[in-house]
Amino acid sequence: MTPPDPPPTTPPLIAARLVIERDLLLAFRRPEQLLHPLAFFMLVTTLFVLSESSERTVLRSIAPGVLWVGALLAALLALDFLFRDDAQDGTLEQYALSGQSLTWLLLGKTSSHWLLTGVPLSVMAPLMGYTLGVPASASVGIMLTVALGSLALSFIGSIGAALTLGARRSGVLLAILILPLAAPILIFGSRATELAIRGEAYVAPMELLGAIVVLSFTLAPLAAAAAVRISLE
Amino acid sequence: MTWTWFHRLGSPPYVYRLAQRLTPWFAWSAGVLILVGLFGGLVLAPPDYQQGDGFRIIYVHAPTAWLSLMVYTWMGVAAAVGLIWRIKVAHAVAAACAPIGASFTAAALATGSLFGKPMWGTWWVWTPRLTSELLLLFLYMGYMGLRASFDDTQRADRASAVLAVVGIVNVPIVHYSVVWWNDLHQASSLSLAGKDTIATSMLVPLLVSLLGFTLYFGAIVLVRLRAEILRRERAASWIREALV
Amino acid sequence: MMIQFQSMAQFLAMGKYGAYVWPSFGLTLLVIVLNIVWARRLLRQAQIDARRRLVIQEQNA
Repeated sequence: MTPPDPPPTTPPLIAARLVIERDLLLAFRRPEQLLHPLAFFMLVTTLFVLSESSERTVLRSIAPGVLWVGALLAALLALDFLFRDDAQDGTLEQYALSGQSLTWLLLGKTSSHWLLTGVPLSVMAPLMGYTLGVPASASVGIMLTVALGSLALSFIGSIGAALTLGARRSGVLLAILILPLAAPILIFGSRATELAIRGEAYVAPMELLGAIVVLSFTLAPLAAAAAVRISLE
Repeated sequence: MTWTWFHRLGSPPYVYRLAQRLTPWFAWSAGVLILVGLFGGLVLAPPDYQQGDGFRIIYVHAPTAWLSLMVYTWMGVAAAVGLIWRIKVAHAVAAACAPIGASFTAAALATGSLFGKPMWGTWWVWTPRLTSELLLLFLYMGYMGLRASFDDTQRADRASAVLAVVGIVNVPIVHYSVVWWNDLHQASSLSLAGKDTIATSMLVPLLVSLLGFTLYFGAIVLVRLRAEILRRERAASWIREALV
Repeated sequence: MMIQFQSMAQFLAMGKYGAYVWPSFGLTLLVIVLNIVWARRLLRQAQIDARRRLVIQEQNA
């Protein structure tokens, strides 16, 4: 008697898409959570303005740095929660045990993190830029550069978030872990934004940023999956 | 034949005894070489044409910087071995490396600052090499912090190993930063091929110093490794004999 | 190879760089010594703990 065929499994890409859909659905049931990173972004920008002079020219010159530091900190804030809810209610364990490739599932999770955090941040960035004296003509450039950079940040950050899952006092630790890895993103991203603000061509740093995105898109979910498995043991 | 040797390296008692026997050799040769190298660099090497006697800082700055990179590489490789083949001793090696690497990275940054102030007029400048070296320090600190945040040794081992492996990309960045970007650091004057751009009388104490520091690291890591193994092998039977 | 300095004062002055050279060497030496002390202390403590555990084991046996 031949053993029955195993049940057909979902292709990994579909599984990833399902994870994204689930995360988006859950997020829209609790829209306040989406606002936290944005509010934080506004807060950071305001703090910078208060501590520097409110003179237009000064603000304009520090604008790229302020926007990027704000976006990075806001993304870090959201990263802490990336896996936390799912780890607590056992969903993450189900992902690991499901027989699906955990790498692909985490690819989905990190993509949804970017959709829920990075995209709104990049839409908000030109608005914050405007308050810093950046001309409206740079809006598209700022949006594109922050969008691409925050995508890389979500992926690199997912490694840190996965590593600190089982750890206590993980907030500060997460920041320390991510900083060395996120530094190139910060450097190229703010360079790209600065060029965009000045109205110059920002293709070159965007290409470097794009390379980082491709690299982290492919490698980070692997590392994050390994880290999640470790924390679930 | 090599395979059995590799297997033996996975055995804590074997490694413990091996470390015990090797440490004096590393320690004494390191001591001699470091003293000779530093003496040569401080007293015997001629002053630099441009930098005068100030260049002698290189005899401590280069070895500390070299250690900061080399130790991380060992740490990353040991972590990878521990992750891939699940060898506990490898994780112990990685754990032993981290504090050494971190302290020498800090020393490299400090001596570099002291070198930079008279030569370039500033204590710090955000060039690619200095920035990536600073990031290396953060990586070490992150590694040790991550380790400390887990109560379970195995989880600590494996989580920090992932971090160590991911962070290893920084090592070539630090090294090649002077090649890829314009940096205040002159491009390395110790090229392996082609003629050296540094005088022999200056070079010899430097090489002696570098070798001495490398052996010194070996001695320290072996001592730390023994402590790590003892801490991990709580109730093992071989410990009684090893402690006599 | 000859000694490059004519006098002790010259040696300590290091051209005009003494204030930078000596702290560098001192700092490095400090790190070297601290690492030695720290590592040895760790090993000693681990050995003490291991012996203590052995004694307890034997008492329980």
